[in-house]
Amino acid sequence: MDVSRHHAAFRFGLGARPDQPLPDDPPRALLAELTREPGPLPLPEGWDHQPTMVDIMAVWDEELATRDTPMPGNQRPRAALARKEMRALVEHCLATPDGFRERLVLFWTNHFTASRRSGNVQAFLGDYMRRAIRPHVAGSFADMLVATTWHPAMLYYLNQSSSVGPNSLTGRRAQLGLNENLGREILELHTLSPAAGYSQADVTSFAKLLTGLTVQRRNGTGTIFAANRHEPGPKRVFGEEFGEGAQEIERALRWLAVQESTQRHLAIKLVRHFVDDTPPPAAVQKVFSTLRDSRSDIGAAARTLVDMPETWQKPLAKLKTPQEFAFAALRGLGAGPRHAPVALRVAGSLGQQVWLATDPIGWPDRAEDWVTPEGVLQRMEQAHDMAGRFSRLDPMALAETTLGPLARPETLQAARRAGSQRDGLTLVLASPEFQRR
Amino acid sequence: MSKTIPHLPKLGRRGLLLGLTALAVSGQARLAVAAPARSAAPQGRGEARMVVVLLRGALDGLAVVQAYGDPAFRELRQTLALPEPGAEEGVLELGGFFGLHPSMTNLHGMFRGNEALVLHAIAGPYRTRSHFDAQDMLESGADSRLSSGWLNRALQSLPVDADAQGARAALALGLDMPLLLRGPRPVSMFAPPRGEAPPPELYARLADLAHDDPLLGPAVQEGLRARGFASGVLDKEETRGGGFLYLAGSAGRLLAAADGPRVAALEMGGWDTHASQPNRLKGQLAQLDAGLGALREQMGEAWKHCAVLVMTEFGRTVRVNGNNGTDHGTGGAAFLLGGAVAGGRVMADWPGLGQGRLFEDRDLQPSMDLREVAKTLLRDHLRLPAQALDAAFPDSRQVGPKAGLLRD
Repeated sequence: MDVSRHHAAFRFGLGARPDQPLPDDPPRALLAELTREPGPLPLPEGWDHQPTMVDIMAVWDEELATRDTPMPGNQRPRAALARKEMRALVEHCLATPDGFRERLVLFWTNHFTASRRSGNVQAFLGDYMRRAIRPHVAGSFADMLVATTWHPAMLYYLNQSSSVGPNSLTGRRAQLGLNENLGREILELHTLSPAAGYSQADVTSFAKLLTGLTVQRRNGTGTIFAANRHEPGPKRVFGEEFGEGAQEIERALRWLAVQESTQRHLAIKLVRHFVDDTPPPAAVQKVFSTLRDSRSDIGAAARTLVDMPETWQKPLAKLKTPQEFAFAALRGLGAGPRHAPVALRVAGSLGQQVWLATDPIGWPDRAEDWVTPEGVLQRMEQAHDMAGRFSRLDPMALAETTLGPLARPETLQAARRAGSQRDGLTLVLASPEFQRR
Repeated sequence: MSKTIPHLPKLGRRGLLLGLTALAVSGQARLAVAAPARSAAPQGRGEARMVVVLLRGALDGLAVVQAYGDPAFRELRQTLALPEPGAEEGVLELGGFFGLHPSMTNLHGMFRGNEALVLHAIAGPYRTRSHFDAQDMLESGADSRLSSGWLNRALQSLPVDADAQGARAALALGLDMPLLLRGPRPVSMFAPPRGEAPPPELYARLADLAHDDPLLGPAVQEGLRARGFASGVLDKEETRGGGFLYLAGSAGRLLAAADGPRVAALEMGGWDTHASQPNRLKGQLAQLDAGLGALREQMGEAWKHCAVLVMTEFGRTVRVNGNNGTDHGTGGAAFLLGGAVAGGRVMADWPGLGQGRLFEDRDLQPSMDLREVAKTLLRDHLRLPAQALDAAFPDSRQVGPKAGLLRD
């Protein structure tokens, strides 16, 4: 029996919807997603256009102006904008026919984690995804690295906005100094990874090179390069020498983006995400070769993932993360935009709140990081909660839409024999085959 | 979302557990692990209790235990140095050279009651400044990331005495199992329950459906067992919050139960203070302190036989960075608390902070190895045999347990 249609919807996509028939030729359909123009994104509630940098800075000003007005924390202007942006994002995840593209967006957003755990970051995250991540998921990794590093969300999240070269004009005048955070995480998490063997001196030196990149709130400016905060002199990073100025920062990022250590790190992460928790070396080698031969074209890497047999050989090898579970369940149930808050709540209560990763390393990507005894029971409880909103749907129809031939006979039998439609739906969603992808 | 519904209505639980027992009997080998047979050991679990608190993100040891007596301290620490003991908002006296952060009043009380030992200039054996690598090694007990944690491997030497419906010897609190407690020895989990409860029979159906899944099957079994146990002890307690205070208090209560676990692990994040450190630490430390106080209170009499190790992956830079914070460093502080601890002292082979004394001219030089403390607890507190120490910390015989940490 051909399971590839349903497999593809889970493995590469966000899960099937009853109103979106699965394509007959999955690889071709997946590749087509990467070349066609993506559809429009939902707008945050109350907005007639996507918030721009000017708008976001105005929201920040409003927050400062209402600082002394008592109100609940989540109603403050920046938090309120973040909430609307999250809801719009999830509406898109529930509805989009371009599931593969969206999975890549979520993957790279996680690779370049910026978390609303830092209050200054929250209002920027919608813009961050729209301008730093989305345009580049089928393009160049270097472009994405530059765009994320240059974005206020990242500059605030990893403290770059307040890092000052100790020997810069500002550094000597005011007693301000270096903050290594962004420099370290770019090397460790975004590019080379510790396997490359860079040193503390490389981190410090790279942090010095990054000084000057900061955020100007005035007039809705956003990111600027402030020469008076930039550490003077040459900096040596991982054996390569860089000079002064913004163009040298960009040159360093583009250089890091095409190092083989970076390409290997990215290949391992992509294969772990799309193939198996334990990345098969042959598959890693294929993605790595693609990245090496294309100067880190991550669109080409995505096409390699679709083309290689490893991605198709072991259906259900991966476990869905809480977000993937919430999106797939609600899509399978035929949810509409009004169910976006349900998806947010389900993913959050299972430990994966949108834009709230604990650390700069982002959400973990292996089953063992998500399977806990309490957690699996809570998945069923959340399935029950979601099913309760669609309790007139036939459990067999849900199983057919989402799992097709991947559904095991015992799951279908248990769902058929369940005490109520709702219980039947719960069992389909809580079944091990649905928990996996 | 504030409404809490018990997960397993009392009427259903017994039948459910009976059903599960039947399942275990008919099941396969891995269920034998999930439901170990009762051993002949007459003393049951013994009285000693051990708790490990992991502070993720790297606590600044010099901020929580300030070496105000070191001549170089104030100049290096600048805005991070608090006033001396007795001054307004000053540190709390720890015997004339060190002072405790003023947010840690419960801990200070334990120190004065000789129930808290402060360990300073301490670190794991690794010298990485990556949070993720360091946490992996701290919990693995080896110089690379293993798939199991040292505490779990050590516990393999503990006699198996839990029956199918009782508590496991070890308990992890929180939504995630820390690497420290992952491994071959089955471990219970406790997390604040959330969400709405499906009918009890659905849990049994789920257990059936997940049975053949090597990952989800055992997890479902364990989840049901843990709830059966935990809901009995905690009963109708409010479970709102889920923060460290709640987890620590719950840990205390579960450990105090006669048939409770012997070992528990919990964690608290938020210690990565690259900016505005003084303000951020004030709240963080107060929360940690409140949790430690709740743990002590809830343990009641069992506290007498308890040792709590509070540790973090590494310390932070001695000098303040450009944002009134600190960056990733090396040596730091740890705490050992409990009635079994020979407390009331700061234990440190103090390396000094002056010229030429710092590790790589930036970090506190470590002079004590966290493994010495962990090995002492395993050998002298839990009374585990030598092979347990070897299993916990492979290839480290040169690092022995340390004298003077525990009473008697």
